[in-house]
Amino acid sequence: MNRTTFDTPVRLRTLATAGALAMTGLLVLMPADASAQDMGMQMTEELEPPRLDWNPNDPRIGLSAGWRDADEAIWNLTKLASMWRPEGFFNPENPGDSDFSNTDIAFAGDFMFQGSYHGFKIYDISNPSSPVLRTAVVCPGGQGDVSVYGNLLVLSSQSPRARLDCGVGGVEETVSDIRVKGVRIFDISNIDAPQQVAVVQSCRGSHTHTILKSPNDDENLYVYIQGTSPPRPADELAGCVAEQDDPNTSYFRIEVVRVPLANPAAAEIVNEPRIFADEQGDIRGLNPGGVPVPGAQQSRPTNQCHDITTYPALGLAGGACSGNGILLDVTDPANPVRVSEVADPNFAYWHSATFNNDGSSVLFTDEWGGGSSPRCRATDPATWGANAIFSRDENNRMELEGYYKLPVPQTDTENCVAHNGSLIPVPGRDIKVQAWYQGGVSVLDFTDPANAFEIAYFDRGPISEDQIYTGGYWSTYWYNGRIYGAEISRGIDVFELEPSEHLSANEIAAAEAVILDEFNAQMQPMFEWEDTPVVARAYLDQLERGGRILASRAQAVDRVLSSVESGRMNAGQLREVASDLEADALAVDNLELGGDAETLAKLASVLRGIAAM
Amino acid sequence: MTRLHFRSRARIPIGLVASLSVVFGLAACASGPRPSPSTGSPTPDASAPSGTPAPTVVQPGAPGEAGRVVTVEGIASQERPSWTQADADFMAGMIHHHAQALQMTALIPERSASAGVHQMGLRMEISQRDEIRLMQDWLEQRGLPYADVVLEEGPMQGTMRGMMDHGAAGHDMSSMAGDAMDGGLMAMPGMLSPDQMEELRTSTGDAFDQRFLEFMIQHHTGALVMVEELLSVPGAAQDTRVSDFAGDVDADQRAEIDRMRMLLAQYR
Repeated sequence: MNRTTFDTPVRLRTLATAGALAMTGLLVLMPADASAQDMGMQMTEELEPPRLDWNPNDPRIGLSAGWRDADEAIWNLTKLASMWRPEGFFNPENPGDSDFSNTDIAFAGDFMFQGSYHGFKIYDISNPSSPVLRTAVVCPGGQGDVSVYGNLLVLSSQSPRARLDCGVGGVEETVSDIRVKGVRIFDISNIDAPQQVAVVQSCRGSHTHTILKSPNDDENLYVYIQGTSPPRPADELAGCVAEQDDPNTSYFRIEVVRVPLANPAAAEIVNEPRIFADEQGDIRGLNPGGVPVPGAQQSRPTNQCHDITTYPALGLAGGACSGNGILLDVTDPANPVRVSEVADPNFAYWHSATFNNDGSSVLFTDEWGGGSSPRCRATDPATWGANAIFSRDENNRMELEGYYKLPVPQTDTENCVAHNGSLIPVPGRDIKVQAWYQGGVSVLDFTDPANAFEIAYFDRGPISEDQIYTGGYWSTYWYNGRIYGAEISRGIDVFELEPSEHLSANEIAAAEAVILDEFNAQMQPMFEWEDTPVVARAYLDQLERGGRILASRAQAVDRVLSSVESGRMNAGQLREVASDLEADALAVDNLELGGDAETLAKLASVLRGIAAM
Repeated sequence: MTRLHFRSRARIPIGLVASLSVVFGLAACASGPRPSPSTGSPTPDASAPSGTPAPTVVQPGAPGEAGRVVTVEGIASQERPSWTQADADFMAGMIHHHAQALQMTALIPERSASAGVHQMGLRMEISQRDEIRLMQDWLEQRGLPYADVVLEEGPMQGTMRGMMDHGAAGHDMSSMAGDAMDGGLMAMPGMLSPDQMEELRTSTGDAFDQRFLEFMIQHHTGALVMVEELLSVPGAAQDTRVSDFAGDVDADQRAEIDRMRMLLAQYR
């Protein structure tokens, strides 16, 4: 794809700074206060966020509008299926009726679980090209974040209308014991008749939640509740405290729910950890919010987490907590402990976190504008409402490497900002498929966290060219070989990756070979690849793409793999080529091969693995 | 000089309301004052792909209780909470409330001497502008009248680009700055009195900044009261958009109040 650089001699200053210059002639170059230092930002001068660069011929520009019939643009993907929301689960007269919005998705076996503000839906995806809606569950709550573990399904509820009995009639009383703000737990062992087995009530409700099945606890599932609504009155739920300066305030914490797997009905809150506390014990220890330096984004204060992603294999969780990105040690799942934090002058609202597979990078998203606003316009800075990608060292220190924002402007009637996504398990690369609301789907490569770039996309025109209807993709996740997109206002879309200059057929096949029993994007699995010819070929393609392998060596690898593929495995030859690759890796600096010893060594290791079979 | 214009307009697409009431059995519209529901034909479903089996629709019971299989029609016939007068008043009133904040921030460029106040004020404009549009959309979708707040292009044009792009349809040039004071809106919590607005308009430098911060804290605190009052009305905030928005207003304005208190501390 032909990309042109937007060549502007004067970079756009931030709105605030430009305003100060243009309107008053006054420009006071001083930090707005001292909090930038408190937050760990290394900012000493005024910010000038870069503006977005884009290809003016990008087919995503100028797509015609329509709820059901918008134009579409697609690159390096194939759309396999689209399913409209079922009758009764949308408002035919209002595309943006948030009582019915589709939200997050989770997967188990042949089923996809689609959360919504109106309940959840279960799709049979045994044929991904033709999903079948199996069960639709009516249970209003909002926002209907959904997770699955074994026979349990967890659903977030935060709307004042949510009822214990899943009724649609709302809760009229301002104080009521039938209102549900917290998490619902369902037994889904009968996929046709989910049973609600528990409701765990919390003070600020559950905007999102995160499950954690710790390798250190076989008897319980843990659920971290991230509540974001104003605390409810104490006469509705004892112990809730709305005052932020009260030591028992319901702000500045998450709730930890323990769900006994043998008796999920006994689920209860076992901890309300003050994970933002500083060393002096001040529970308001992190970002107080505001504008840390002139020109910076206005950040929300860190009094809640918006979402947390646990990574049980690393014993860690990444928290996107309003004004900060944090890392938690979750080896003791009931007692998460903060081990580091970052702030960023371009971030308005830390929204979600994704680790790369080995945990050396952490990608945080910024939901600037809250998801209902157009934040991908040509005038919006390229580092606002974007992903910020940090490297992580063995001491859990994080350092900013770069940003990634949807690299094409959207219209001002398309709500658009960085949102939910998941890794695509291509061995040797960090690739993520990500939802941008009405900005569509963008697949990005962030193997080099300082230079992330797009390798595939899908986009529809706006729902309307006159009004913003909250719509577009809430989540786009990879599950067992396909990309599933949960569209807020339209329904479900399923995509397949297409080979391109950026991604080979072997790399796609290697990703498709990774099969999971379950997938919750907020409980990240560590991918492992078997030693197979296709995985070896994926590495070989990567080396050849970058000119990082000797041509003769690449031919030798191809020869031995062809033999294996045709059923004539020669372990000796495989080991011989592996040895040569290992020697190349050691001498990589002398071979002018781009210094990629790591991939050479990985390829050698796969060949040895195949030889050992 | 940036000025605000207001005008009320009523757009009541009757057909939309009529079909809504049937599809979702909005008998509860009775609790919403206007427009009153009438009968009509349900919109035919064009969505179900032919040949796929109809899904089972289940409504679970409370924890420990059995659920039941229901039909889409059965669910649709259950009464769903509608917006109430309190919701409509909150949304319509908050437009005016936000509009006064924009009148206040519009004074910053010519009067403030503080980088902190500049940044705060200009970002406040962006978010309040977005929220005004959200409230207008909500009211319009329900056929309710709303104030059409338009920011006139002025010296701030360069900084406002992008905001004007998606301004409410139509720019009413019949300037009536100060209309937020009319029609009993003074009664809304936190609204500045005409004297307070005049004091802002006639001060500059540190005196302006201190007054601005004090008055905006008063103004924002009023918005928190409006949210609290909304949530204390039985049956209110059952509409998802209203409850989510009220929560956002609460969170945003609390954060800005904290921020303004920090900025204000340097003047005392």
